[in-house]
Amino acid sequence: MQIYLPIAEVSVNAFLLLGLGGIVGILSGMFGVGGGFLMTPLLFFIGIPPAVAVATEANQIVASSFSGVLAHFKRKTVDLRMGTVLLIGGLFGAALGVMVFNYLKAQGQVDLLVKLCYVVFLGVIGALMFIESLNAIRNVKKGKAPKRKKHNWIHGLPLKMRFRVSGLYISVIPPLIVGVLVGVLAAIMGVGGGFIMVPAMIYLLGMPTKVVVGTSLFQIIFVTAFTTMLHATTNYTVDIVLAVLLLIGGVVGAQIGARIGVRMKAEQLRILLALMVLIVCGKLALELLLQPSELYSIAAGGH
Amino acid sequence: MRTFLLALAFAASCLPASAEEVVLGLSSDTVSINTNFDGSEILIFGAVKRDAPIPSEPRLQVIVTVAGPSETKTIRRKEKRFGIWVNTDAVEIDSAPSFYAISTSTLLGLSLSQTEDVRHRISIPRAIRSIDAPAGITDSEAFTDALIRIKSKSNQYQLNEGKVSVDEETLFRTSIALPAALTEGDYQTRIFLTRGGAVVAQYETSIYVRKVGMERWLFTLSRERAFLYGLLSLAIAIAAGWGASAVFGLFRR
Repeated sequence: MQIYLPIAEVSVNAFLLLGLGGIVGILSGMFGVGGGFLMTPLLFFIGIPPAVAVATEANQIVASSFSGVLAHFKRKTVDLRMGTVLLIGGLFGAALGVMVFNYLKAQGQVDLLVKLCYVVFLGVIGALMFIESLNAIRNVKKGKAPKRKKHNWIHGLPLKMRFRVSGLYISVIPPLIVGVLVGVLAAIMGVGGGFIMVPAMIYLLGMPTKVVVGTSLFQIIFVTAFTTMLHATTNYTVDIVLAVLLLIGGVVGAQIGARIGVRMKAEQLRILLALMVLIVCGKLALELLLQPSELYSIAAGGH
Repeated sequence: MRTFLLALAFAASCLPASAEEVVLGLSSDTVSINTNFDGSEILIFGAVKRDAPIPSEPRLQVIVTVAGPSETKTIRRKEKRFGIWVNTDAVEIDSAPSFYAISTSTLLGLSLSQTEDVRHRISIPRAIRSIDAPAGITDSEAFTDALIRIKSKSNQYQLNEGKVSVDEETLFRTSIALPAALTEGDYQTRIFLTRGGAVVAQYETSIYVRKVGMERWLFTLSRERAFLYGLLSLAIAIAAGWGASAVFGLFRR
């Protein structure tokens, strides 16, 4: 069934979009990532103009994250207090990131920088997570108890706060800094930032993996809602019909994903996320390294 | 679709009275884009009106062009720098039609001379207007060629040679396939009659491509009430997220 999209001005297959939304939704519910870093390239591939794809994707993530977060709320795996602290840092970082983005745009080559950012961050995060979770799985097999709650310099900082759901009593400074950094990167790279946020929460803040997913989704809702409004009012690039098609699949997928995630072991969840991050990184790296089949590209407007 | 809406209309021609004139019909002069729009086909047909008998030589040829609204485009080229592929050179195309179809009754080179092509901007490369390339780019034609190549792949630029059928040098007809990815606007439709490569008569009309119904409403809302449109998108997203959660909650009980 073909449907004409009013803003994107292209005709697409409705079932294809429902399916794509569903798959990305499952990943979103399982890992606490928005899925924008997977969906946006897929939308480019089926011929949606890049500007519309990025903006509409933000809107779809609002829906799947909201669906996912509700499922996590029922299991009490959302740390609202931690989420709020991260969000405050995140919004501040996003505003900062937009300024950095505009500065880089004026210098040219922003596409390249975004891609290099992706490859470096995805590569480092993916590799570190993969090694760590592989070790964790080995230790479990050998019967060693996993080392948890290491006491390090983070615990010496002032402004301590109790995060009951995460079982942490730490200073608010590290989560705020994590929030700001993720916000900056998210704004530059045009994504919700879940795939950076999730590892940061696990490894930098020491939060339990199960709480991380719900808390990350909670935080993503607000960041992507903000982005959607920004795109809708300044660029007019949010395609509501495309969003509806994607989010029908997305919300259903997120529910299924959240249920799969709860049944899995924490280190299995982490290793799968690490693999996914590495695959996306590899694909982007190949795009930069291999000769593209079409050297020329068309962009709307003048310089 | 094929209801013969537009009655035959006459061209106000600036040509001498004894010359040939085009009398044209369109299967439809409006294309409505609704939700299930999946491309469309326009039938263009007509007749040649003349006072004098048909000249014996050279043979009459017909060229039909349909051009979508013009856009400014930037064409970028990738090059390998430090081991990775990056955009380096860029050329701005002043005005390129979003859609361009040209149908001819024989090979384009046979029915149109170079000078007439330059004058009337008929062939695809001529329909694209590009200013001088920035300093340092010597092969600006490669960029225009790339635009034509990419647009041709998605059927947005079409060269249909020999697709106009001409009967008795008087009646002609052709059909033009409009792709699903169609921009709104007035599509300028031109018909040229040529003899020996020279244009002997010309006729111009427009096909109106418009969004209708929900497509129209959403598009207008997104431009004129952007804030409301943004809130509406968010409301749908939240409602869908909550709805899915509620439905799945019921299943578990």
